[in-house]
Amino acid sequence: MKVRAQFALVFNLDKCIGCHTCSVTCKNTWTNRRGTEYIWFNNVETKPGVGYPKNWENQDHWHGGWVRKNGKLHLKQGGRLWELMTIFANPHLPEILDYYEPFSFNYSHLVDTPLVETAPVARPVSLVSGRTLDKINWSGNWEDQLGGTYKTRSVDYNLREVSNKELLGEFEKTFFFYLPRMCNHCLNPACVAGCPSGAIYKREEDGIVLIDQDRCRGWRMCISACPYKKVYFNWESGKSEKCIACYPRVESGLPTICSDTCVGRIRYNGIMLYDADRIAEYANTENLEDLYEAQLQIFLDPHDPEIVAQARRDGVPDSWIDAAQRSPIYKMAVDWKIALPLHPEFRTLPMVWYVPPLSPMGREIHPKRIPKTADEVLPRLESLRIPIDYLASLFTAGKREPVIAALTKLIALRAYQRSIHVDKSANLDVLSGADLDVATAQEMYRYLALAHYDDRFVIPTSHQETMMDDPYDFQGQNGFVFGNDSSTGISPPEIFPKRRKESPGANVQPLHFRPYYNNKDTA
Amino acid sequence: MNWSWNYFLFGVYPFIAGTTFLVGSIIRYEREQYGWSSFSSQILASKRYMMWASNLWHIGILTLFLGHFTGFLTNILEWLGADPVEHQWIAAGAGITAGVIAMIGGLMLLLRRLLDPNVRYASRFMDIFILVWLLITLCFGLGTQFISVPDALSDHVQNMQILIQYVRSIATFQPDPSLIRNIPIIYKIHMFCGMTVFFLFPFSRLVHIWTVPLNYAIRPYQLVRAKIRSVI
Repeated sequence: MKVRAQFALVFNLDKCIGCHTCSVTCKNTWTNRRGTEYIWFNNVETKPGVGYPKNWENQDHWHGGWVRKNGKLHLKQGGRLWELMTIFANPHLPEILDYYEPFSFNYSHLVDTPLVETAPVARPVSLVSGRTLDKINWSGNWEDQLGGTYKTRSVDYNLREVSNKELLGEFEKTFFFYLPRMCNHCLNPACVAGCPSGAIYKREEDGIVLIDQDRCRGWRMCISACPYKKVYFNWESGKSEKCIACYPRVESGLPTICSDTCVGRIRYNGIMLYDADRIAEYANTENLEDLYEAQLQIFLDPHDPEIVAQARRDGVPDSWIDAAQRSPIYKMAVDWKIALPLHPEFRTLPMVWYVPPLSPMGREIHPKRIPKTADEVLPRLESLRIPIDYLASLFTAGKREPVIAALTKLIALRAYQRSIHVDKSANLDVLSGADLDVATAQEMYRYLALAHYDDRFVIPTSHQETMMDDPYDFQGQNGFVFGNDSSTGISPPEIFPKRRKESPGANVQPLHFRPYYNNKDTA
Repeated sequence: MNWSWNYFLFGVYPFIAGTTFLVGSIIRYEREQYGWSSFSSQILASKRYMMWASNLWHIGILTLFLGHFTGFLTNILEWLGADPVEHQWIAAGAGITAGVIAMIGGLMLLLRRLLDPNVRYASRFMDIFILVWLLITLCFGLGTQFISVPDALSDHVQNMQILIQYVRSIATFQPDPSLIRNIPIIYKIHMFCGMTVFFLFPFSRLVHIWTVPLNYAIRPYQLVRAKIRSVI
């Protein structure tokens, strides 16, 4: 057994209001540079819909993720030699129009134009070529709130096995919910496996998957290898970029910027312990429907003294073990089993999990027959608007039972809380029907409904002091650095620019920090 | 030896170009890793077109490079029993085939780079210049075949034998530019263009050739990095 810690997230879709604050704060922080205009490390999709890039879930089209052939795991885009042979032109690479052509508007025209008969108009301008665009046809969130027609939306891969699919286009039957997406920082990442130059790696201490910007050569195999299409090509720098899990924040014990700014409080950050020796075995589970359970088995119980002892031997700091014991992720994924992985059938063992949405909850209520009991107000599982098969296709490779179990608990929790607050007497029957006890229900209520900051984010600081000989010397050197300088991210056209500041050296230390004997010498 | 253009271009310039090529590449690798990339523009436009253009170009140009290397700097063909005339036939056959393949691919790439607004806008000056320069070199290289093929037809292959001697004199650091003083001018132009490619190499996106990821064929799929203790 090799115990490793993983920084993981859970998104509670039941509370996501689709406000895109996560996407916007992420974009303002990381991808507001030239070459990254179309790149959203975090984006929110309205489901059902084809998403961003278009139809990303359909791996028959994109060839991302892993497949099992003759009992062995292979990248779906091809073996090592095939990948090297297709390196001149990657047949599975998306084009920018599969995402969208990034645009802005020439607002200055509104101000600069001379006096004219008709009001001036700000026309859209492509942020890639600078051309004026006649019409904007698509964007990163074109289908927001079911925008567009049912015909384009119904291409959604998850609708392929939903019965009466056509009916869902009707107004009375329609449903939608939001799916915020970011890099899953997988345990078995396909982008790492697909990178020909070995530039992408998983960090040992927290499992965050990063692209070494100095070693990336722009072979763009990671982009097609990632089944979630969460690695992007920066056409300005000629390198791939992806979500960095806000590692400068996470290292300091802060939540990622998308999680911190989430107004719906749907995002949870925490630590999971898992057995790194068994990644290959579990990712290679034969039956696609068993992959969710397989991934549950790879997680280790942080309360088990043997696991704790082994974690210490494997170099996991005590503060991280403590965080793993208080992890909201562990509670939701393992204890309560209400969080599920996104598309486990890609076999990457993703580490951003989702609490499936009940909403829209409401049913038609007849004005003459106002429901009295919780049972009447809350819909039964069978009458939820979102088809179970749809959620099962998203989260469990089509297996209905885990989705039903999770939704049952969420419904029971609501019925229980409603009985407390409306009927003024706790209805314990609804809890027993969902295999819950009062203590668990109260705790779930605290985590899901109240969602206090300290409960949502249990993030231990990184132990940099164990990794460097002189932490003071590294002060001010940490952060998201672009290659040659930590300034703008754009290489000036010099042939031999200044070397990056690796270490400031002893002479920049302020005087008061000099060792005492130095001062004595000069005195 | 007295100064002459022939002496400078074919006795001195090869070493200027070669030194720039090697030293420049090393310095750029050492200090400019963030700018070291293939600078693929495939994501910007025309995927299906690129499948043809880029593959034809790369396969053609790599075959040409290997062909030049084998023909001029090794005796493989001779070991295989080819006499000079046969050598020249093999060189002409392989060279024309690969040259035409590369020319089709290269022109396709150039058209795309100039005509597609997204790709054009994302191109730096050097991206366009190096492609044009390689195509010019390729044109003159194909042009030499108007002499080489008739030479081979008439069993008179001294031009190529002289060139082989000359290239080996450069490779062994004993330059003898007087050897090629009377060689047809088109060979000289082609050689000058080719040497300039090496001169431009470290200042262009061509550096991605150095880091061709052959290691990928044998490395394990998953990579995990631990933080390294800083060395001060």
